[in-house]
Amino acid sequence: MTNMTYRDAVRLAMIEEMDRDQNVFIMGEDIGKYKGTFRVTDGLFERYCQEPRDWLVEPPHPEILDGVGRRVIDTPITEPGIVGMATGAAMTGLRPIVEMMTMSFSILALDQIINHAAKIHYMTGGQISVPLVIRGPGGAANQLSAQHSHSMEGWYAHVPGLKVVAPATPNCAKGMLKAAIRDDNPVIFTENPGLYSMKGDVSDDVDEIIPFGKARIAKEGKDISLIAYSRMVNVSLAAAELLAADGIDAEVVDVRSLLPLDTETIYNSVRKTHRAVVVYEDWKSGGFGAEIAARIAQDCFDDLDAPVGRVGGLNVPMPYARVLELQCIPNEQDVLAEVRKIG
Amino acid sequence: MTSSPEVFPARGRRRYTRLHWRCRSKGAADAALSQISRSDIRVAKPAQKNLPASPAELISYYREMLFIRHFEEKCNLAYRTGKAGGYLHVYIGMEPLVVGWLNNIRKGHDYVITAYRDHGHALVLGSDPVATMAEIMGRSGGQSRGKGGSMHIYDIDKQFYGGWGIVGGHTALGGGLAMAAKYRKEDRVTLCYLGDGAANAGVFFETLNMCGLWQLPIIFIIENNLYAMGTALERHAADPQLYKRGFPFNMKHERVDGHDLVEVLNHSKRIIDDCRENSQPYLIEAMTYRNMGHGAADNDRQLYRTKEEEDEYMKRDCIRLYEAFLDSNSILSRSEMEKIDAEELDRAETIYEEADKSPFPDPEQVYTDVYTDMTPEMGH
Repeated sequence: MTNMTYRDAVRLAMIEEMDRDQNVFIMGEDIGKYKGTFRVTDGLFERYCQEPRDWLVEPPHPEILDGVGRRVIDTPITEPGIVGMATGAAMTGLRPIVEMMTMSFSILALDQIINHAAKIHYMTGGQISVPLVIRGPGGAANQLSAQHSHSMEGWYAHVPGLKVVAPATPNCAKGMLKAAIRDDNPVIFTENPGLYSMKGDVSDDVDEIIPFGKARIAKEGKDISLIAYSRMVNVSLAAAELLAADGIDAEVVDVRSLLPLDTETIYNSVRKTHRAVVVYEDWKSGGFGAEIAARIAQDCFDDLDAPVGRVGGLNVPMPYARVLELQCIPNEQDVLAEVRKIG
Repeated sequence: MTSSPEVFPARGRRRYTRLHWRCRSKGAADAALSQISRSDIRVAKPAQKNLPASPAELISYYREMLFIRHFEEKCNLAYRTGKAGGYLHVYIGMEPLVVGWLNNIRKGHDYVITAYRDHGHALVLGSDPVATMAEIMGRSGGQSRGKGGSMHIYDIDKQFYGGWGIVGGHTALGGGLAMAAKYRKEDRVTLCYLGDGAANAGVFFETLNMCGLWQLPIIFIIENNLYAMGTALERHAADPQLYKRGFPFNMKHERVDGHDLVEVLNHSKRIIDDCRENSQPYLIEAMTYRNMGHGAADNDRQLYRTKEEEDEYMKRDCIRLYEAFLDSNSILSRSEMEKIDAEELDRAETIYEEADKSPFPDPEQVYTDVYTDMTPEMGH
């Protein structure tokens, strides 16, 4: 195990997989020479582009292409085109990783993601698969205001044909990104910007992947289940500490894979604690937490001693002023309040 | 950059006055018209010494043109009799664009992608016609086992990548195919067909930019049939000379004749060779005309085009034009043509009946092929 940041773990996963498989490449806005807006791709251009020229803009002489950085591709700022081109390349068996500067910009590419990438395997009767990863920061960062703070994972988890993951720890980030790159289906991999500098122990095993569809118990407990993903796992853990002071032993379930969803781990936790609060950063109304809550209410009805609680982001566009922004994003006090409310 | 200004066919007076009205000066309008007008309607060509292919190949192309036409007429029949549903778009009138271009690529090696008017492409690439008709009828014998339908025909063995329903959306996928070929240093060329309506889509411009920037080996072929569904070219494009859209993206661009198979065979060979040898993109605007409506559900064409205009185009229908060529070059006699016509009609009928025997998909199939490795949650 090596202690590293979430950002470094994401980068390490890409390096290991690019070293392992020549078909893996990364494209996106400012990911090469600029190293990525959040510096996630720092060093990749140098590592995979030995010559300081972009192969793609050179005249078409094969000898120039040799060994030149065709594997870290700086693109124009055109999200639909980027995702579409990557999808087309993936249809031939290449394994593109598209970095979205923020997941908020993936809204521009919704047609390519939902109407194309997600539908191809089905529409072709299984003839074509799309081993594509779209990754990038999703959720609120620090005063990026209304257009750059979207949590998109719930939108994508609505779409059959996509897989959607939102890991909370550096180790999960590495293991799940490796799984995403090796997956033959389009994967949305969302990284909360608030997690990038968080440190944790990360497996050194280059072959260790964390398969999708398996939730993680972040903290065991017996009195109530706090069910969360991405950065809200940390918020739930902080809330669990506060609850412990009140003598309440909370269990924290890190969903981490939204589609496929591991309902069994969630249900087993609820069957043990008989109480559940779902915590998510997305707008509360219609967010993915609502889906989890509905399932618990339906499938664990007899096990529940209280209604299922929900803590979500405020149903407003993200404001700029820090004080207002913090008001919108759920924190441990909001979780505490919900726990008390459901009783 | 060269263009072929003389090949745009006449379309009736109304259009010219409208174009004059759009242009700031009469000089500008005349200059534009010199690019797109042609007063004589060519029916027969003079005998040619240099044929674009061997006589045997030219005859097989005639067969293919007729086969597509009869096949498409069977598709219309399937729609009218309720055997095909949804949206269905036939290639009648536009056959040279697939017969000409796709016989000059390396079939099964070069990538081909198009929008929803896709039956002809599959047929010329050698995809099983019974499977294609079965797919159109939503049967388990289709290439996609009935999950795609008329708009979504794919055949990966033939490197045919469909088959797409969002206008302009697939052009980015086409760019990605070309990017993959360049990434792997393969000498594959990608042919990406699109309609004149798709030439206005934002993602198409984004794709042109990247293909030009990275000099990808791709040929965009705008099948300009003059109407984006029911909206005429000069009502949907600020500049109706769509080929010029290659210019700002560092891309060779030409307007070519899409009616005349002989011309298509000639210029497609030149362009494909250049694209392959020099790994560079092309934007081709091929002037064509669909003899039928936009789709099978378009049953009132006079809402957007006149009967007179249609009659004028029927006179120079691509198959009639090609027959005149074969005749004047003594490649086929009229009676031989009639025989081939009857044979291809027969073949289309047999295919229709064969496809109709294919069973409907099994209900369990609804859950397969959503993912490569897992089944989605079941039930309502």
